[in-house]
Amino acid sequence: MARAILFDSTQCIGCRQCEQACSEGKKLPYDDKIAAEEKTSAHKLTAVRTYGERYSRKLCMHCLDPACASVCPVAALQKTAAGPVVYLPERCMGCRYCMVSCVFGVPTYEWNSRLPYVRKCDLCADRVPKGEPTRCAEACPTGATISGDRDELIAEARKRLAENPEGYYPRIYGLEEAGGTSVLILSAVPFDQIGYPVNIEKTALPQYTWAALKHIPDVVVMGTVLLGGIHWLTHRKEEVARKEGRS
Amino acid sequence: MMAMAQKYFWRGLFAVIMAAGLYATFLRFWGGLGASTNLSDQFPWGIWIGFDVLCGVGLAAGGFTLAATVHIFNIKSYHAVVRPAILTAFLGYLLVVVALMFDLGHPYRIWHPLIMWNPRSVMFEVGWCVTLYTTVLFLEFLPVVLEKFRMHTALKIMKGVTLPIIIAGVILSTLHQSSLGSLFLIMPDRLHPLWWTPLLPVLFFISAVATGLAMTIFESWHSSKAFGRQLEYGLICNMTRVLAVITAVYLTMRFLDLSHRGALATLNEPGIERWMFGLEIVLMAVPMLMFFREKTRRHPLAVYLGVVMFLLGFVANRMNVSVTGLERASGVTYIPKWSEVAVTLAIIAAGFAIFRLAARYLPVFEEERHEDQESVPGTRIPTLQGAAAQGD
Repeated sequence: MARAILFDSTQCIGCRQCEQACSEGKKLPYDDKIAAEEKTSAHKLTAVRTYGERYSRKLCMHCLDPACASVCPVAALQKTAAGPVVYLPERCMGCRYCMVSCVFGVPTYEWNSRLPYVRKCDLCADRVPKGEPTRCAEACPTGATISGDRDELIAEARKRLAENPEGYYPRIYGLEEAGGTSVLILSAVPFDQIGYPVNIEKTALPQYTWAALKHIPDVVVMGTVLLGGIHWLTHRKEEVARKEGRS
Repeated sequence: MMAMAQKYFWRGLFAVIMAAGLYATFLRFWGGLGASTNLSDQFPWGIWIGFDVLCGVGLAAGGFTLAATVHIFNIKSYHAVVRPAILTAFLGYLLVVVALMFDLGHPYRIWHPLIMWNPRSVMFEVGWCVTLYTTVLFLEFLPVVLEKFRMHTALKIMKGVTLPIIIAGVILSTLHQSSLGSLFLIMPDRLHPLWWTPLLPVLFFISAVATGLAMTIFESWHSSKAFGRQLEYGLICNMTRVLAVITAVYLTMRFLDLSHRGALATLNEPGIERWMFGLEIVLMAVPMLMFFREKTRRHPLAVYLGVVMFLLGFVANRMNVSVTGLERASGVTYIPKWSEVAVTLAIIAAGFAIFRLAARYLPVFEEERHEDQESVPGTRIPTLQGAAAQGD
């Protein structure tokens, strides 16, 4: 019963109510100047972006198997069973590998702080496990953003695509991207035209590093045997010499 | 007069670098990363990771390659260069940790990975390996200090545990030298195809082995100048041969991989990538070709220039993986701020200074032996006496 978000960009009117609700909920500053920024940052966890007459939203995609959580050396980022990828600031040592690893370029940093933390949308982890909607979904006046169970939202998205094939670009973004995400997106135009990275891997990214990491125990065991063995062989002469000298 | 002028020039330069580094340090810890770097949400890793950590760890690879050569493979002729290589490695790792403290947002939490585990993380593994290997290097260097203060009982105990320590060191190095490459496996979509490959860990490992050798030659050359010692020609000749072969293996693997993945086609695309790639390859291929020639191997200056060129090629590769190759996908251009450069230079300068001090006051370099000059490459130098025969 993992929770997710469905964002239907064809219904977005760019009113930025989602931004405002998010900032208020997270006790972040929000004014006209911040509203105009159109990009996520340490003080703006979701951003509405304008592409001509179309709008899109940028927020954490909450990957099913997130790269950020897999790379974090101290497990400060974790994928929860309820869906959200959460951040535990008390663990974070500020290496920013999560930012480097995110294919969607989501985590941001408090660059001007002396003790900076990573900032990103947490899918309202204080609400969704209880079945409540996210703040952005609750605030959306047109229903462009809705939250709910991921499987149900996929069914809903498929229904919309089937009922109105002319109105949509025939794909659900987030179904397979980076192994699947908990944010699903619909669009009238190809997704790169409204600011989403396309042609990204369908496999969950942590599998690429795991392919290398899983060999570590073998390297340790084989390495010890091999090096010990070579040492034994190459030092044989001295061993013989020592024995002969003694006897 | 010339020597005096030179001495003052280097001292002056050192002072200037240190002063700039100190001011940059103040900026970093007072104003934060925003005030002291050109990093951004789009480009979160700069030269403090790309150069100080990736190159720093690689340039310190001489420690494990030579420890393995001498103690595991029992090639005694290399004995003379083990200690300086281990000293370089030990200093290198300490300085990498210092550099990391600059880059981390919460430097005082650098120990967190030791108790907050995430075994799926390459960085977690690197953290553990580097911690353990720095300890190993300390133990490997300890006999030098014990010798200096004539602590014979402790020396004897150390000798008994040499083998396990050396084996642990080689394995730990193998793991994290390759893991530094694995760090970038997570970004197949964003690291330019000239650099992203599933072979990154293997390529990082092989190039680190070559770099370990190159650094050892570099050091021997410099220390022979600084301390007025004879350059061990026979040994260095031999090392350049090995360096040429390892580089050949590395470059062959690199090009096979590029052609199998069809990445060579990207060389037709305009952009800085192909030039930086070319630079990296040329800086490694030229010294390789040089060292395949007997004449070059016998010419000290040529050896020196070749080795420096190779080291620059190695640095270019690491910088390409960590900076150049990621710029296009990030959509921004990253050029380090002066303060980033100042910190990096100060760390390098400190490394040179500490190495010099240690080499002067501790028995790092062996007593000069005159038979060296005649020794033919490939032949073994007679077993070393006393102080030098550490660990056998």
